[in-house]
Amino acid sequence: MGRYVLRRLLQMIPVFIGTTFLIFVMVHALGDPVNALFGDKAPDPAVAAQIRAQYNLNDPLWLQYVKYMGNLFRWDFGTTFSGQTVTSLLATAYPATLKLTAVAFTIEVVFGIGFGLISGLRRGGVADNSVLILTLVVISIPTFVTGYVLQYLIGVKWGIVPATAGDPLTLQSLLLPGIVLASVSLAYVARLTRTTVAENSKADYVRTATAKGLPRRRVVINHLLRNSLIPVVTFLGTDLGALMGGALVTERIFNIHGVGFYLYQGIVRQNSNTVVGFVTILVIVFLAANLLVDLLYAVLDPRIRYA
Amino acid sequence: MTTVMEKKTETGRLVPGTPLLEVRDLHVEFKTRDGIAKAVNGVNYSVAAGETLAVLGESGSGKSVTAQTIMGILDMPPGRVASGEILFRGQDMLKMSGEERRQIRGQKIAMIFQDALSSLNPVLSVGYQLGEMFRVHRGASRKEAKAKAIELMDRVRIPAAAQRVGDYPHQFSGGMRQRIMIAMALALEPDLIIADEPTTALDVTVQAQVMDLLAELQAEYHMGLILITHDLGVVADVADKIAVMYAGRIVETAPVHQLYANPAHPYTKGLLRSIPRLDQKGEELYAIKGLPPNLLKVPAGCAFNPRCDAATDLCRTETPALHQVMDKDGAELAGRRSACHLWKETLHG
Repeated sequence: MGRYVLRRLLQMIPVFIGTTFLIFVMVHALGDPVNALFGDKAPDPAVAAQIRAQYNLNDPLWLQYVKYMGNLFRWDFGTTFSGQTVTSLLATAYPATLKLTAVAFTIEVVFGIGFGLISGLRRGGVADNSVLILTLVVISIPTFVTGYVLQYLIGVKWGIVPATAGDPLTLQSLLLPGIVLASVSLAYVARLTRTTVAENSKADYVRTATAKGLPRRRVVINHLLRNSLIPVVTFLGTDLGALMGGALVTERIFNIHGVGFYLYQGIVRQNSNTVVGFVTILVIVFLAANLLVDLLYAVLDPRIRYA
Repeated sequence: MTTVMEKKTETGRLVPGTPLLEVRDLHVEFKTRDGIAKAVNGVNYSVAAGETLAVLGESGSGKSVTAQTIMGILDMPPGRVASGEILFRGQDMLKMSGEERRQIRGQKIAMIFQDALSSLNPVLSVGYQLGEMFRVHRGASRKEAKAKAIELMDRVRIPAAAQRVGDYPHQFSGGMRQRIMIAMALALEPDLIIADEPTTALDVTVQAQVMDLLAELQAEYHMGLILITHDLGVVADVADKIAVMYAGRIVETAPVHQLYANPAHPYTKGLLRSIPRLDQKGEELYAIKGLPPNLLKVPAGCAFNPRCDAATDLCRTETPALHQVMDKDGAELAGRRSACHLWKETLHG
């Protein structure tokens, strides 16, 4: 087990270098950041030269990357063009996104698995068909549409919850953005759970559990659901990273100053330090979540052993 | 809950011979896309404490469906009990509430399934699955349940039970897994065990060990045993009586040795003839011609008539009743019945 974790951690190094380098290249492919900074105005050559020197923009790309990575190991993510350190941005943005993701993830897990279980147990029934239709609708509609519509209806028109999440973030204000962020993943989780539950409910060991005279509740939860959750957990693990990255749209709609908000700003202003810094952390979160899922796998299914 | 007085031994077990289970004219059907499949068409059989009934039949003859109906684990829908009674110690289980039936399952009637690998939960340790019986039905603590699980594993002679109690089903061999299934069925010392092809998935040598173990434990607890199988070899050693099923009906019942010596139904005769024998080495093996009938359209008259060498016009039009079988002098043979118009010719001819 220990060796497996070590090997997985070592495998993360090339993945980490590869992804960060790709992001680095892509951000630079957007164009000259100095021009973007000055917008429509022509930059003063002296100032431009100074900025270029300060941000190593005259170096070849690979050297810029090496210098950037070198700084990274000293926990120096560089500064933005406006002079703020990226670390300070990260410190404000990540807690906000983590809170939002936590709310969304909880909603996704509880309702996704809940709906999926009901649907899978009563296949072909009214509940099942409602879940199927609703999830299809949710999956088909882009998040920004769901976001704006729910914001208008629930937040503005009926005023049930705050329309935007201000500062400080409260659980109540995060509820609506959480639902919006979770919606698509929730639909996938519900459908995935439905399929595995329906499949496993015909399994021999479920029949055995019934034949043992166990109460229905125990058969479903201890025997059926436990086995059915194995593929769902895989999805949830990879989705955790996707939720954090995908918060971009939701955060803009509900004015939450999180990762998505700053990432958007960084892209618009072609601020490579901000973009690469934020994505780097996202990559780490994603990799960690994946490792965690694989380890959780062995806990859920004893047939899987890591050596 | 019993309506009749039952005699018990000093250990609280039912005295051998006490009637346990009686299936009366059971009809079970399945709704399918192509119509209604009549899987069980009027099955009658009974088992007493300490007795072993072997139910013999091909796949699709309704033997497993009957067993699942007795257990109350039939998938409904598509399955449906159309009519009949299942009396357990005098009470009709088909009239009981779901909760009453659940209390019987595992505690009074237990079941052993064919494939122990798929019938045991792959993600729970065998100790947990065995202990669950005591935790749910007897309110035992985790620790007590574990101790009981080890005790049970010892009983079915699994080596190093205490070390293996935390192992998972895939870590055991096929024979050991089936022993665990037996232990699970035995856990609460039920009155009746239904074993649905318990040795089909096992090697021949292991088959014998598992059957011996089952027979030994049955004798010890005076349990009734319904042994469902398609293997005539397994039956001969352990069963007291046999019920042969074909197309959802019982075609012949008889005490085990009489059936082997002198079958009273052409189907049984065909089955016995199709057993490979050493003294017929080199000769072509007999096979019953044709295939089992489609349950959606069972042939008119006797369901076996299209495959029967002796079939007459009567067989093609009229369904035979389950006749009492008599010897040449006209004396009734106890426990012998045959659903064949020509049982006399089959038996004596």
